[in-house]
Amino acid sequence: MHRFANPARFLRLSAVLLPWFAWATALLTAIGLYYALFASPADYQQGETVRIMYVHVPAAWMGLFVYTNMAIASAVALIWKHPLADVAAKASAPIGAAFTFLCLVTGALWGKPMWGTWWAWDARLTSMLILLFLYLGHMALVNAFDDPTRGAKAAAILALAGFINVPVIKWSVDWWNTLHQPASVTRVGLPAIDPSMLVPLLLMAVAFTTYFGTVLLLRIRSEIAAQKLRNIRMAQVRSAGHARSAA
Amino acid sequence: MTRKTRRLYFVTLGMLALGAAAVLVLTAMSDKLVYFYSPSDLQTQHITEDRRFRLGGLVEEGSVEREGQTTRFRVTDTVHTVSVAYTGILPDLFREGQGVVTEGRLGADGTFQAVSVLAKHDENYMPKEVADSLKKTGQWKPEDQ
Repeated sequence: MHRFANPARFLRLSAVLLPWFAWATALLTAIGLYYALFASPADYQQGETVRIMYVHVPAAWMGLFVYTNMAIASAVALIWKHPLADVAAKASAPIGAAFTFLCLVTGALWGKPMWGTWWAWDARLTSMLILLFLYLGHMALVNAFDDPTRGAKAAAILALAGFINVPVIKWSVDWWNTLHQPASVTRVGLPAIDPSMLVPLLLMAVAFTTYFGTVLLLRIRSEIAAQKLRNIRMAQVRSAGHARSAA
Repeated sequence: MTRKTRRLYFVTLGMLALGAAAVLVLTAMSDKLVYFYSPSDLQTQHITEDRRFRLGGLVEEGSVEREGQTTRFRVTDTVHTVSVAYTGILPDLFREGQGVVTEGRLGADGTFQAVSVLAKHDENYMPKEVADSLKKTGQWKPEDQ
């Protein structure tokens, strides 16, 4: 772990990985979208509306996956003070927020024709909305302090406390009556989804994951660059101050 | 004990305490967190006539009757059944054997007067051909699929 927590080594490693992630994203998204929109059948009940699922479900998975990553990075930052863990958590939040937002919007677009409503205050939808607010709160808190390290610490505690919401989202459909249907893929026994629909769904899920990898690497790199810039400016201000007091 | 171990214990204990608190709160509020009551819940919940709530279950096979704008059907959870009357446009997925969530009040005659009807989708996704062949070969089991 310590080897990758070194910013210089991270910059070298990520420069090699980035093009691979970017090309994998482009390729998988193209194949996944082709399968999702053209090469997969319509559902026996939902008809063509089922295609929204190929964006909605991977976006929801990513919303939870990114938050879990963020919570792990926050714990590592709080306990072991790895220099990159705070940066990784800060870089993850906007990506996770975007996935969660996409999940809520596509869910509403699916809900109107299928359920007959854009929104329902059931346990699954409400806990997912709370996840979006946790992401937004994290983004606000990180930048709410003049001292970036204090912001990072406060945001890490928020990320850990908010992690309680993740299992609640996952099992909300099993614990309580909800309008939202239970899990089709991640359940005990065989997936309740036909292989012809499972393949495009999994392709899109992998594409979303490599997209997250690409953007995360990019954002961490730019955050490291921004920190370097801040340090150079501070050094300049300090040396200018010394020069003035010497003169 | 080094600082790192102390911080590790602190974070672990904090997460456990928070998790326990969440479990207690959610268990205590379980009744309020459900989106709808099933017909069986109505036997135990003692809901008065003026209270508005949601009722969910399957539309009983052969129970749907239409008279003009008003649709009458029965919602069942296979143990208990409640009659429902609704005036208005039904969602596309509304049909017999399908899950629904209705909102409204219990009338004096025991009929649930719904002001909205939502279709509940299940977790099964398959092409029409697969659904047809399952029905043809007799492997269609709507309740356990």
